[in-house]
Formats: sequence, C-alpha cells, structure tokens
Amino acid sequence: MSEASKHPYAITLDVGSSLANKTGSWRTERPVYLDRMPPCNDACPAGENVQEWLALAEDGDYEAAWRQIMADNPFPAVMGRVCYRPCETACNRATLDQPVGINSVERFLGDEAITQGWSVTIDAPPSGRSMLVIGAGPSGLSAAYHLALRGHRVTVRDDSPQAGGMMRYGIPSYRLPRDVVDAEIQRIVDQGVRLELSTPVTDLDAALGEFDAVFLAVGAHIGRRADIPAGDSARIVDAVSLLADLEKGEEPLLGRRVAVYGGGNTAMDVARTARRLGASDAVVVYRRTRERMPAHDIEVHEALDEGVRMRWLSTIVYAGDDRVLIERMRLDETGFPQPTGEFEELDADSVVLALGQQADLALVRGLPDATIADGVVQVDGRMMTGHAGLFAGGDMVRGERTVTVAVGHGKRAARNIDAWLSGATYEHAERPELASYDRLNTWYYADAPATLRPQLDVARRISSFDEVTGGLTAENALFEARRCMSCGNCLECDNCFGMCPDNAIIKLGPGQGYEIDLDFCKGCGLCAAECPSGAITMLRGRF
Amino acid sequence: MPVQRIKFYQTGSFAVGNRLLDPGRRSVQADAGRTNALTKGHRACQGCGEALGARYVLDAVMRATGNRAVTVNATGCLEVFSTPFPESSWQVPWLHLLFGNAPAVATGVAAALRAKGRTDVRVVGQGGDGGTVDIGLACLSGMFERNDDVLYVCYDNGGYMNTGVQRSGATPHGAVTTTTPAGNSFGQGKSVPLIAMAHRIPYVATATVADLRDLEYKAARAMEFHGARYLHVLVPCPLGWRTASDETIRVARLAQETGMFPVFEALDGEVTDVTPIRRVLPVVEYLRPQGRFAHLFGDPPREDVIGKLQLEADRNIRTFGLTEPVR
Repeated sequence: MSEASKHPYAITLDVGSSLANKTGSWRTERPVYLDRMPPCNDACPAGENVQEWLALAEDGDYEAAWRQIMADNPFPAVMGRVCYRPCETACNRATLDQPVGINSVERFLGDEAITQGWSVTIDAPPSGRSMLVIGAGPSGLSAAYHLALRGHRVTVRDDSPQAGGMMRYGIPSYRLPRDVVDAEIQRIVDQGVRLELSTPVTDLDAALGEFDAVFLAVGAHIGRRADIPAGDSARIVDAVSLLADLEKGEEPLLGRRVAVYGGGNTAMDVARTARRLGASDAVVVYRRTRERMPAHDIEVHEALDEGVRMRWLSTIVYAGDDRVLIERMRLDETGFPQPTGEFEELDADSVVLALGQQADLALVRGLPDATIADGVVQVDGRMMTGHAGLFAGGDMVRGERTVTVAVGHGKRAARNIDAWLSGATYEHAERPELASYDRLNTWYYADAPATLRPQLDVARRISSFDEVTGGLTAENALFEARRCMSCGNCLECDNCFGMCPDNAIIKLGPGQGYEIDLDFCKGCGLCAAECPSGAITMLRGRF
Repeated sequence: MPVQRIKFYQTGSFAVGNRLLDPGRRSVQADAGRTNALTKGHRACQGCGEALGARYVLDAVMRATGNRAVTVNATGCLEVFSTPFPESSWQVPWLHLLFGNAPAVATGVAAALRAKGRTDVRVVGQGGDGGTVDIGLACLSGMFERNDDVLYVCYDNGGYMNTGVQRSGATPHGAVTTTTPAGNSFGQGKSVPLIAMAHRIPYVATATVADLRDLEYKAARAMEFHGARYLHVLVPCPLGWRTASDETIRVARLAQETGMFPVFEALDGEVTDVTPIRRVLPVVEYLRPQGRFAHLFGDPPREDVIGKLQLEADRNIRTFGLTEPVR
C-alpha cells in the first residue's frame, strides 16, 4: 500500500491517542487512599477490630469474622450478650438512622463458633516461660488466652469451684446462660491453659518465685455496705453475695416484697432476679433521678418491662422487719442529692444492698512495693504494679467495671507481660485519625433500619431464668453486618473508579482496592468527595 | 422504577458498584473491562461533568450494542477537549462535524449504514446544550420529525462553556454568564426534552451524572428502540458554574433533589416514569454552592429571583410527581 492511499486526505500527521498527553501535570493536589480509625474500633475497651470482622461477616465468611474477633477477645458469645456496646454508642450510623447491631452480630458469630466447634490453634513455639494468673474471671482468662497464644505455659488459679468470675457469679443466667460461659472457657482450657479451681492463692511471694510473671485479677467481689439503722429482725443482704449464692445453688429467702437499694447494673440484676424468685413487688430505691443512674439503659428498660418499680430521689433511712422508711431527696445545683425531711414507708420483707463492689485487695496488702489508692491497685501503662513481674487488671484496677473492660485489661497485660519477659516494651500501633461522621458521604448508604433481636415474653421472663434476649438468624446477621458504613476504610464501592472524569483510577480487583494513575490524575478531588466511607484524602503539594 | 434497584445495604443503588454484588449485576462503570469510550489524557477541565457523562453514555451504549456503535459529535467542549489534532481520546468510531448539524449528519450516517445493509451498527449523536438547544435545534427537530434511527444525547451544562461561558438557551434563570454578567433574566431555560416529546418520538429521557445507574440504564434502554431517541443529561461545569472541581457530582445531585432538574422517562410523548426525589431540598441548597448564583445572596439577597426559581422547582415536582414514593 502506498503512502498516498494510507492518507486519502491532506493529513500530514497520524492521529495519535490522547494517552500521550500526561494531564497529571495539571495537578496541585493528590488523592491518597488511607485507613482512618472507625469509631467502633476506637470505642471498644477490648480493642476489637470491629469493622474488620464486620467486613468479613458481610461477605458471609462467618468463620473468618469470628477468628478476627478471637484475635482480640476470646469471648464473642459472652460479649454478644453482656457487653454494654460502646461500639454502638460511637457508631456513625446512629447519626444517619440507627447504629449497626454490632453486638447482635458478634453474638451470632460467637454462637455459631460454639455450634460449629471452631477453635483457635496456637502457632507460636513454646517459650519455656510459665505464668500464673490469679482469678478465673474475664480478665484473668483473657490474659491466659493471649499468653497461651504467645507460647507461654499458663496456670489459672481461682478459689471458686467454677471458672468465670463475675461472668458466672455476678451476672444472672437470664442474661448470660451458663452453657455459653462453659463453652468459651472450655475452648481456652483446650488450648492448654491449666485451670486450678477451688485453689485459693494466699502467698503471692511464693507464687512470684515459682512463676516468671503473675497476673492478678481477682475482681471486686465485696459488696459495699451502708450503715442503715435496722430492726432486730430486718433482713438485709448484699447483692453480690446474693447473686453468687444463687449460682452456688443456695436460694435466698427474700420474701414477696423486696427493696433494692442502689442504682447500678447490679441493682437491676438483683431486682430482676428477685422477680424471678417469686417476689411480687421489687422496688429499686435510688437517691437520684433516672438520668443519673449508673445502670445502663438497656437494663433499666428491661427491668421496667418486667415490672420492677423504681423509686427515684429516695434513700432508705431505716429498715424494719416488714417495711422500710424512705426519705425523699432533691438534687442540688451540682446534682448531689440532698435530704428533704419528708418521709414515707414502703412495705418490704427484705432489703438488698446494691451499692457497688470493692476490690479484693487482701493479696496485695502484704507487698511493700505495690501501691493501693482509692480502693484499687495502682498499675502503670503496662498494667504492672509497683512490684516487678506482678501485673494486675480487671475490677481490681482503675476503670469501668464491665466484662469488656476486663477482657481488654487481660489482653493489654498479656502483651506487656510477653514484652517484659524478653526485656522489651510493647509498642502500641499509632492510632490513625478518627473517621468522624463529617468524613463520610452518607448519601450513598441505603436506608436500612436496624434488625432487632427477639425478646422473651415478659410472662416467661419473670417466671424463669431463661435467656431474655434471642439471637439473630444467619440471614439477619448478614443484613445487619451489611449496614456497616465501613467508616474511614475502603469498602470497594467503585465510586472512585466510576466517577473519575479522567479514568485515572486503576481497579486492582476484589480485595485489592484501587490505585491512582498519577500520569493522568488532574487532582479534581471528585473521588475523595464522593467516597462514601471517607477513605480518600487530598494532599496538597506532594506529588 | 425502571432502574433495577439493588439493595446493597451499605451503599444502596446510589454507588457505582459494590464488592458484595455479583459481577453480572454491576454497573458498566464498575466493570474494569468497560470500553472507556473516552479515555484518559483528554483535556477537559478538572472535575468535568461532561467528560463523565460522555463516558457513561458511550460505555453503556457499547455494552448494549455489542460494541457496534458509531458516534457523531457536534462542535463544543466535548469535541474540543477530546480531539485536539493529532490526539484523540475516543476509543469508538467517532466523527466530528459542524456546530449546528450533528443531528443531520447522524441522520446521514444512519441512512448510509442502512443503504449498506449494516443494520447492526447503531448511531449516537452528541452535542452540548449550545449545539443542541440553540444552534442545532432545527436539524434536531427535523431528525425527530422524520423519526430517523438515531439516539441523540445532549450534555447540558447550561451555557457555551467552551468559548468562555456565554449564555445559551438552556442557561437557567438568574445565572451569571459572561454575556449576562448581572444574571440572566430571561425565561427559565429551554426544555428540549419537552420539545422532543412534542414530536412523539419513541423515547425521551433525562438524567444526571449524579445517578450513574439511572443514566446507564437510560442509554441502554434507548438502544432497545429504533427511530429518533433523545437523552438529555445534566453535566455540571465547574468553570461555568463556578463550583469547586470536586463538587460536580454533588451539584448535579442537588439539581435533582431540589426539583430544579426533573429526571424522567417518556415513551411516544408521554411521561412513563420519574426518578422520585429521595429527600426534597429547597433550591437555595442548589444555588448557594454555585458562583454563578452568588449575586443572589448579597445584601440584600435577591428573594425575587430565588423565589422564582423555587416556584419553578415546585412546579417540576408537581407536574412530574417527583415526590411519589419509590415504586
């Protein structure tokens, strides 16, 4: 073919592709993919990577999702029942419609693991080190689990006949069935953690000599007392002992009318327990208003559903044999309750004191270099007491007294014990910037109200210790997981890829995300503006 | 709804895709193997809505026709930024002609293909609102009237943006352009979709670059018909609208959500479907981000002009039934 026939018209140059025109040179800003800290992860006291396991659950890979929880927390099924869900309080979806039911998905995964018999294997080689954990509650068992994962030989001692600590002896079974506790503890034991029950530790010095490190987590089992003038035959019991006795098979005699003094979660637990034990009238007497009650909303709500009555702004000033004398209170401008001098009587066969618990510090008292202040053991950022090699966590150190916090203490202690043993310091990974609501482009999220968990009828609830709250089905759990907005982390919605006017985004395939083709990216910022999850930022002056 | 509304839970049908979705149900733009009819290296401004709109439409047409389509392009931004000789960004058969005769040439191409017996190859005419609403309207009306087998797509950015932001027949009331520096006080902008419907052609639809799935659906749906078809796409222009380059999609969305730009579909001259507004917003939400309306928000604000625009949006919402629940 001649040159002339190739160019029938008066054209002197071949037509080329615009690919030769590197429009990236126009750019003054550069988009960058990043991972921000999702608020759920940020709020989790156990340090779970919530968004990561939700993302795995979204794909329907429940086992991988469960394993991701297990990397931080050995009690998903327990968590899914008793955790007070700081993750859901922090969830950005709450601003849009309702928070993602993180806790209900976690419970589904935990239950699924028990049904399917999933377990975690230990990959670390034996370290040759031995640890003693004192206290088989959530904190101690969490520490034991994480230490075992790192190849250490772990012994857990507890003076109770069964393991679980407050999970067993403090939380009623209608909230946390015992077979769930048993299954999750058994999994830790199966990993090789040695459990020595009914074995009180009395000599800490000896233990410290015998083991390379000791983690102390005996909890707060001592009910705080109040001096209430009482008649000779008045029946006054403390809430913690009552719940523990019940667990040990001793049914307390409370009578038909029970007054519970206090406003925390234990007060709710014990009032609801009283209803189940046959009390026709359970009244919570609390000094302040509902807004100022330390009990969590869910529990107050469920207690009210079950017919528990509340007497706000009231104190018990005298307990007789079948009635108590109550004084009305008023809140002063600082919110502190003040007496009013107005009294009334309330029928009550017994009074249960739920005024908080004190840490059991007898073991530490003998150690000269361990400090006790404000009723708790003082620990440093590594969870170590003033005594080298003695770590402490859970309810006996400062912090909110919940199972999740205790589990988080156990993990933190385990990491630090592991580092300390090798003479190192555990370095916590740097926290990325928070993925706050204003970072998101919420237009893209479909309207999807939260899935609610089924609840037992009130009639069944108050006549048995059956579990009150049911679980989600696999289908519901999938829906709920998929409500997650993946705040601050790419969810592969293809918006950047599809909305780039310059085709300057390269799609790398499932799970691989995207790359910016800087030869052609003009830096318009559409990808960042239209990213639903706020996983792209624009950097100025850096190419 | 004509658009297949897929529940992604996380991102609804509003995002381009979702990793959880079966690949067969993903949008064309989510497909790494899309045609990229308008490929990179083109010289459109940062954040150009028209570059987006043209790629969405042609990629969808290519998928719908099994890559058998040819496009005819009027003079305008799209032509200028995509084909400064000797470069071309088009990865589809593409023909350039004059400012005002794209519908006529497209008709001619369709006739030539028919004469050659090539019934498998489809024709798409493209132009901006200047070339369509003003200069090419007579040719377009002729094409409609003869019911020639062409899909004509108008990319409406509300002005002659290519030559320096002059007013066109599609410029909305009140907007500042270089020829109406105090704000355009003419009518309300010419609605070619309604003019097209008056011709009773088989298919007329409007869309915006903010609702990609809807736009792709309409481009593909148009290819199911033979005869004259018209697709009017709102493509915000950062330069002419004086918006930040990353706001293109957002203002297109606001045009839709305020009722300023009704999104609908019409068969044989009758409206058959509308895209309901998800959350109705007042027009100021749409006007305020745009520099071309900044003079309305001075001291004192031009309540009269804002009020007129609000009335227009309200009328759109009423006539097209834009607040009907999603079907």
